[in-house]
Amino acid sequence: MTNLLIIVVLVGFFAGLFAVMTWAERKLLGRVQNRPGPNRTGPFGLLQPVADGIKMLTKEDIVPQDCDRVLHFLAPVVMVAFSILTFAVIPYGRHWVPVDLDCGVLYFFAVGAGTELAVFMAGWASHNKYAVLAAMRALAQLISYELPLLLSWTPVVMVSGTLSAQGIVLAQAGWRLGFIPRWNVLTPWGAVGFLLFLVAAVAECNRSPFDLPEAESELIAGHLTEYSGFKYALFFMAEYFGMSALSAMAVTLFLGGWGAPLPGLAFVPTPLWFLGKLFVLLFGFIWLRATWPRLRLDQLTRLGWTGLLPLCLINLIAAAVWWAGRDWSGPGQIARWLVTGACIGVPLAALLRRNAARHPRRTYAYAAA
Amino acid sequence: MNFVALATVIAFTLACAAGAFVLRNLIRSVLLLVGAWTGIALYFLAAGAEFAAFAQFLIYVGAVSMVALFAVLLTRGGRPGGDAPSVAPSRSGRLWAVLAGAAVFGVLAATILRTPLGTSGSPPAPLPVREFGRELMGAQAPALLEAGVLLTAALIGAVVLAAPDKPKP
Repeated sequence: MTNLLIIVVLVGFFAGLFAVMTWAERKLLGRVQNRPGPNRTGPFGLLQPVADGIKMLTKEDIVPQDCDRVLHFLAPVVMVAFSILTFAVIPYGRHWVPVDLDCGVLYFFAVGAGTELAVFMAGWASHNKYAVLAAMRALAQLISYELPLLLSWTPVVMVSGTLSAQGIVLAQAGWRLGFIPRWNVLTPWGAVGFLLFLVAAVAECNRSPFDLPEAESELIAGHLTEYSGFKYALFFMAEYFGMSALSAMAVTLFLGGWGAPLPGLAFVPTPLWFLGKLFVLLFGFIWLRATWPRLRLDQLTRLGWTGLLPLCLINLIAAAVWWAGRDWSGPGQIARWLVTGACIGVPLAALLRRNAARHPRRTYAYAAA
Repeated sequence: MNFVALATVIAFTLACAAGAFVLRNLIRSVLLLVGAWTGIALYFLAAGAEFAAFAQFLIYVGAVSMVALFAVLLTRGGRPGGDAPSVAPSRSGRLWAVLAGAAVFGVLAATILRTPLGTSGSPPAPLPVREFGRELMGAQAPALLEAGVLLTAALIGAVVLAAPDKPKP
């Protein structure tokens, strides 16, 4: 009975968050683009998600005649099901872990991998050229970014010594110099790992600037072209679920999970800290969408294979050095920071320098004139 | 997991594997193969091997299936609604296929029959991931390192092969 209640609360909360996020995203995008955004339904357009929900539920469900009917039906179901499953192992507060698995982090990414398959299923089953192109793009993107995503959190597991999500949060408890939290993001390898994780997570969510499978201006709506009504809404929901889940995992792995940012603020209930950090990351996702143009496919794969992947491997070595110096004290700690920083900084500078030489800054005719 | 659930998982796995062999549509075959891999992961889960189950799902469903699907999409069989090109196998081809299948089956059967399997009444306690890691880093470390070096070399080789050629002076 308790388990059922937890499931209902979790799904209800994230479904509510999905509704609020759609409104917040449209409002924020409107603000960035100097327009009001939704403002007709309810005060500040707050009832827009309700109107959208009613519209989606009542729209005709069109199934193309030549499509693979089974896969066409299964794709949105698989996508939402796997997205919801990822919420099971996130520690939302000190005692708020639905399932504290011994290898929770591995479970999270294993289940998340299932959603990628659904994008392909949707694209291929639609029997539409745009949708198939989207499926191919999605596969190329996922092959390129799955490895950096996995390698970006491997140092966290290595240093924390556990695959349990709650264990990783507890490993980040405590303070340096009495007031600086021991969050992974505040270490040289953790900062780089966090950035790598975020880039790979945006690509895994198919969000802008990595929204090539959807690419409205090129592929109509990509794998969603032949979907309408509630099935379309399910894809939309799964995208926001995926974004929320990956943000929640980023909070857990790098931002101290439910931990307070300062010793004096530990009296605030832990789920509030978790939610605060989650909302900051979700805002970042929306901000990225508002300000970054879409990459080309070749740029996307090049970034994955020649940018993120080598950096992930270098970061792994830096984390190993950091871990090796865990018992050093006094000047040893300063040396630990310097050596780890150099392990990342030197190859990173060389990589950036090489890339800058290979890809000189573009000059545009209209800008030069 | 009780007997009925376990039997369902095994039946599901075998049905998916058989379907993957029988169907002529390559995409459907690969998707059924994904079902079979998922069934194997569920079997590991039933056996208390959580780590192996999630790793199986992550690697096979999340990565290997993607590569397989991507490869199939580049062939004629990957077209929506399209079947694999129909080529009637020759008589000698059929014979070789049967011989190869029988040889693989024979080797597998002989290995399974020769392996002493523990049949104690009580199921073994699930191994915590920490212990599993210690085992991998202890007694199994040489094999793990060899596999790691091999895979890293393959990865670097793939990146080098895919990288654009240097412009000739």
